[in-house]
Amino acid sequence: MSTLEVRDLEVAYGGVPAVRGISFSVTPGEIVGLIGPNGAGKSTTLHAIMGVVPARGGEITLGGRSLRGRSPEAVARSGIALVPEGRRLFAELTVDENLRLGLAARASSEGVEADLAEVCELFPVCAEFRDRHAGALSGGQQQQLAIARALVAKPSVLMLDEPSLGLAPTVVDLVFSTLRTVAERGIGVLLVEQRAQRTVALATRTHVLANGELRLTLTPDDAADTDRMVAAYLS
Amino acid sequence: MSFLRDALDLQVQVDAVGLGAIYALMAVGIGLVFGVMRLVNFAYGQLIMAGAFALAFASDRDWPVAVGIALCFGVVLALSLAMERVVFRPLRTQSAAVMLIATFAVAFLLQSIALLWFGPLGKTATSLVQLNRPVEIGSVEIRKITIVAIVTAVVCLLLLVALLNRTALGLHMRAAAIDSQTARLLGVRANLVSTASVLIAGALAAVVAVMLTVQFPTVTPTFALQDTILVLAGVVVGGMTRLLSATLGGFLIGYVSGILGGALPSEQSQYLPSLVFGLVILVLLVRPDGLFTRGRGLVERV
Repeated sequence: MSTLEVRDLEVAYGGVPAVRGISFSVTPGEIVGLIGPNGAGKSTTLHAIMGVVPARGGEITLGGRSLRGRSPEAVARSGIALVPEGRRLFAELTVDENLRLGLAARASSEGVEADLAEVCELFPVCAEFRDRHAGALSGGQQQQLAIARALVAKPSVLMLDEPSLGLAPTVVDLVFSTLRTVAERGIGVLLVEQRAQRTVALATRTHVLANGELRLTLTPDDAADTDRMVAAYLS
Repeated sequence: MSFLRDALDLQVQVDAVGLGAIYALMAVGIGLVFGVMRLVNFAYGQLIMAGAFALAFASDRDWPVAVGIALCFGVVLALSLAMERVVFRPLRTQSAAVMLIATFAVAFLLQSIALLWFGPLGKTATSLVQLNRPVEIGSVEIRKITIVAIVTAVVCLLLLVALLNRTALGLHMRAAAIDSQTARLLGVRANLVSTASVLIAGALAAVVAVMLTVQFPTVTPTFALQDTILVLAGVVVGGMTRLLSATLGGFLIGYVSGILGGALPSEQSQYLPSLVFGLVILVLLVRPDGLFTRGRGLVERV
């Protein structure tokens, strides 16, 4: 497992800065949160790491090797898995096929079946509805499949873009507890979320982004300090 | 009434199915590349033409049939690969209009090269003409090539279905056809997938070249041009966004052309293209998304 390092990252859309020189790292086994108001640059940061949007400045490394300028598939194959916003499952493919697409990022097929079985144990929905179309699953089941699909890639770092969006509270609980399990297995987790308080409580560190800048870093001890969080959002 | 009687004639029906089978293969080639790259390859017909010239070249020199077929595959696959590397891949992020015009340019470039090398009268590929001889089944005389075309098409389609549904490459191709951006985020290699689709389409073009030269041994620079336009219309009529609907569209337009060609009195055969394309317009007016589709498909490119 390797550490993801983001240093002085800058991203702009058509000359308009979206991310202005932010730095953070995600070491193996820790959960790092990124919170902030809409348009703060959270998703853009994930997209820049994945190579979907080009970084205008700064450096992104995984285990010391630069990811900047690489294609999304190359970033995925180097050990970073993204659970995108809205899950982006292939609705007309089966659950099993969606899961197996996660294997695309792996260099070798060694131990594939055992890893698939392990992920299905973590997310029983994958085994239960194996031959069903992914589009026929409920929102919560789809989110579990999306995380499972990312995990079968055996990533060093798992990034999630608002995984709790549109989910029932019980399913959100399940997703958050799963992330803890994932981190315990040595995978670094980078979590972009709107649910600020829950993210701060869960993550080792949570960075608050506003207007493309990293304004504040919070720890689980700050989770109860609502005033501080509101101030960070409004700053 | 005599038109209807002729149209229902078993001989005409079998020939129409044979033509439909060949057009279905062309439709698969066009549909596969469109699915993965969102690219309408107008130059597909020129790949078939190049393969046909390779067969004529070999037959000119009395090379064995197997060598001719191998040369045909070699030429078509090499051209497909070159097209993908030099034109399609660099233009992948451009608009559909830019890519379509680029394939027009490739088509006319290949046609002009063929004109320079082989002249307007072209060459003749005779090594497989014995397949035009008929076999008698019941009261119907069927040309061997019709049977070969139908069997080959079925085998090729089954092999393709197995590739798409049973292999990791096939799964990656299907995923890229549905949502290429997400597929890439998962590690699916866009270049590999587009090369694979172009090569498979190329192999099908080579198969079509072999079968068409049996029926039309005179190979000119415009060889398979009208067939390609018909198949493109068929693919659109069937529904471009799905391989199955595109294939059915290709088969249907081949079948309808076969029936009309077989049933129309020969002095009226000049009306065939107008009739077919009139039908195409009618179908598109009624079902603009295609005859065999449900709802609108997703349009995105690798």
